[in-house]
Amino acid sequence: MTKETTVTEETQEQAHPMDELLRMDRMPHIWCPTCGLGTVVTALAMALDKSGISLDDVAVVSGIGCTGRVAGYIKVDSFHTTHGRAIPFATGLHLANPKLKVIVVSGDGDLIAIGGNHFIHAARRNMDITVICVNNFIYAMTGGQVAPTTPLTANASTMPYGNFEPPFNIPYLADSCGASYVARWSSLHVRRMTTAFAEALAAPGFSLVEVVTPCSTLYARRNRLGTGLDLLKFYHDNCEIEHGADTRSLDIDFQSTIKLGKFIERRRPTFLESLDDWYGQVFGDKYEPYAGATSE
Amino acid sequence: MPQDLPSTPKSTKMKYWRKPLDADKVKVPHGELHIIVNRCKGCLFCVEYCPRDVLQMSEDFNVKGYHYPEVKEDDACVNCQLCELLCPEFAIFCVEKEEEGGGENES
Amino acid sequence: MKADPRGVLTGAHYLDGDHAAAEGGLAAGCRFLAGYPITPSTEVAERFAARIPKVGGGVFIQMEDELASMSAILGGAWAGKKSMTVTSGPGFSLMMENLGLGIMMEVPTVIINVQRGGPSTGLPTLPGQADMMQARWGSHGDYEIIAICPSSPQEAFDYMITAFNFSEKYRVPTLVMMDECVGHMTEKVVIPPADEIELTPRKEYTGPPEEYLPYLPDKDMIPWMTKAGDGTRFHTTGLTHDEKGYPVMNADCQETLVRRLIDKIRKNADEIAIVEEEEVDGADVVLISYGISSRVAIPAIERARREGLKVGSLRLVTVWPFPETRVRELAKNVKALVIPEMNYGQIYYEIERCAAGNARTILVPHGGGWVHDVNDVYAGIKEGLK
Repeated sequence: MTKETTVTEETQEQAHPMDELLRMDRMPHIWCPTCGLGTVVTALAMALDKSGISLDDVAVVSGIGCTGRVAGYIKVDSFHTTHGRAIPFATGLHLANPKLKVIVVSGDGDLIAIGGNHFIHAARRNMDITVICVNNFIYAMTGGQVAPTTPLTANASTMPYGNFEPPFNIPYLADSCGASYVARWSSLHVRRMTTAFAEALAAPGFSLVEVVTPCSTLYARRNRLGTGLDLLKFYHDNCEIEHGADTRSLDIDFQSTIKLGKFIERRRPTFLESLDDWYGQVFGDKYEPYAGATSE
Repeated sequence: MPQDLPSTPKSTKMKYWRKPLDADKVKVPHGELHIIVNRCKGCLFCVEYCPRDVLQMSEDFNVKGYHYPEVKEDDACVNCQLCELLCPEFAIFCVEKEEEGGGENES
Repeated sequence: MKADPRGVLTGAHYLDGDHAAAEGGLAAGCRFLAGYPITPSTEVAERFAARIPKVGGGVFIQMEDELASMSAILGGAWAGKKSMTVTSGPGFSLMMENLGLGIMMEVPTVIINVQRGGPSTGLPTLPGQADMMQARWGSHGDYEIIAICPSSPQEAFDYMITAFNFSEKYRVPTLVMMDECVGHMTEKVVIPPADEIELTPRKEYTGPPEEYLPYLPDKDMIPWMTKAGDGTRFHTTGLTHDEKGYPVMNADCQETLVRRLIDKIRKNADEIAIVEEEEVDGADVVLISYGISSRVAIPAIERARREGLKVGSLRLVTVWPFPETRVRELAKNVKALVIPEMNYGQIYYEIERCAAGNARTILVPHGGGWVHDVNDVYAGIKEGLK
């Protein structure tokens, strides 16, 4: 059809505002149609843009999995590491150069299962990094295995008769370990997600944003929930926003209400603030602060 | 739920349930949509969630073999950019058009 | 490039090998150590933790495990700090996956393994030399690596500097394979003035940031390095990648990359090799040893010489890449090569391979837990002369 061909040519010349922030030479990305990950990337790029941080000072670290590929698409210094080890890698980047804004973007399996130990300890230390945990309730890249977030009764390839293991409530986990900022949004709530990313980036200390995201190819299909679009519709109808909710109440059951919101915002000394503060007390004036700042 | 040809959503979600008192004073922006057809994977997010029902799916296919969105009502876009934010393929974006007067064309 | 005097504790000290290794790291400019306590290596981390706030410009963190430690030092190195970690057997096993990431991303870092008896928890407080093949092959996939074996606290200091220099020059994680004896023996360590310590600077990229290709190799096969925050907006991955650092899933790219990772070490093996030779010319038997075993061998060699036997000694300071050229030459000129090591044959097989039937190879094995009995080494020499 000539009409459409014209449209294509015309619009291809137009640069998408995101093109500057992405590695367009790697597009199209590997994610399936109706996957929400592209939306998360947009929100993160928008939040970075909004935050006014120089992109030269931003480092994005991912682990392994579908979300693990995020680092490969954002045009900042980006590190695609090993499975589960994005947080300690990010910790190394942050500690070796505290001026860097270090962001971890990874999946629920990567951060909460294989990387669970690093997650809780980074939160406990209040390491000044931002963690975006994209939760699609399943191991998608490897073909739909049960995740530590898979809701009870949901089907997974390694829970072929439905999941009987209770899942983690990620905001509660982060809260109980002392995270400075904890929020949960869905990839449909894109404006709020963008705001949350910006707030998380600004919050000193360990900040976590969980993003509930549709996986059409595995989670939706295995559980006969339609496509990613149907999951967005489900979020539209079944998400409740409750800022400041008790994080203990944030369990996600199979196809039931999902509570979203900003749950925790607290100011606690970060790892480097504590280090500089304490050594300042111990060594007095002889001590040259490492991060160049003492806690407020 | 298998999708055949995508249907245009019927709802007009953003209809005011009462007219704002300052409706005649508020300038409603207009947006110009740009669709990078060959990036689209036909997820329908933009079509479904456009608050002004500006978009519909094409009957044609792009080079990847997906239906892609096209503008149904040229003037209806208010440049809210929700489609741009939601699009997982960086395939659609809005640019604000020149302002044209007040809100009398709004209901 | 000379060492930064702030990290150099110039003077004569009475230190154990672990403490000396920590000082070696500091003198080499290491300002980031992420580690996890494990006997008998912990003292390296303890020394570093105590010293770094006074040295300044660096940080120590005790991570939650060795997986995290290894991962953190890769991040630290990418952010521009010289970084190291330290561990022993079980922790070394846990580091293997991210050691592979360091090899793939070509990250200059140093990993100290103060070897103890194994397998598993084995002998936490007693020595072993049984991780030598793990050092070479422990991470999955094909690669080459550099490993150095100090045999005294002084060498622990000296060769930490060498290890950092190798890691920067070849952009490869470099292993310092000590053992519990070297780690815990206390001896005089002389630390030279900073201006006598020569350091290899990072091969930094200085061109326009937008033209930077993180894995475009130079003529010497080593790509230029940048660090996070430099504005080059680079990408790096553990996946097989092209010059841009982007994943490419095909056999051609795999071949190009893996070949280069191997060649950049293998083709420089002679340049990397550090060996110490003694009375090798005209010897009938040469004893080849490394680490603490080379010190235990001394009385056995002396005894044999007192008896008029022609015994030489070849001490391997670098074990990986294996100093193949020298061992091959040597094998052509002697009757036998005697190899005492605290395992049931690891480096022995490399030597046997290089001897290629030209000389007998005699293993003097030991399961670990204590150093060799001098009489066993002497018996090995006698056997070689038969």
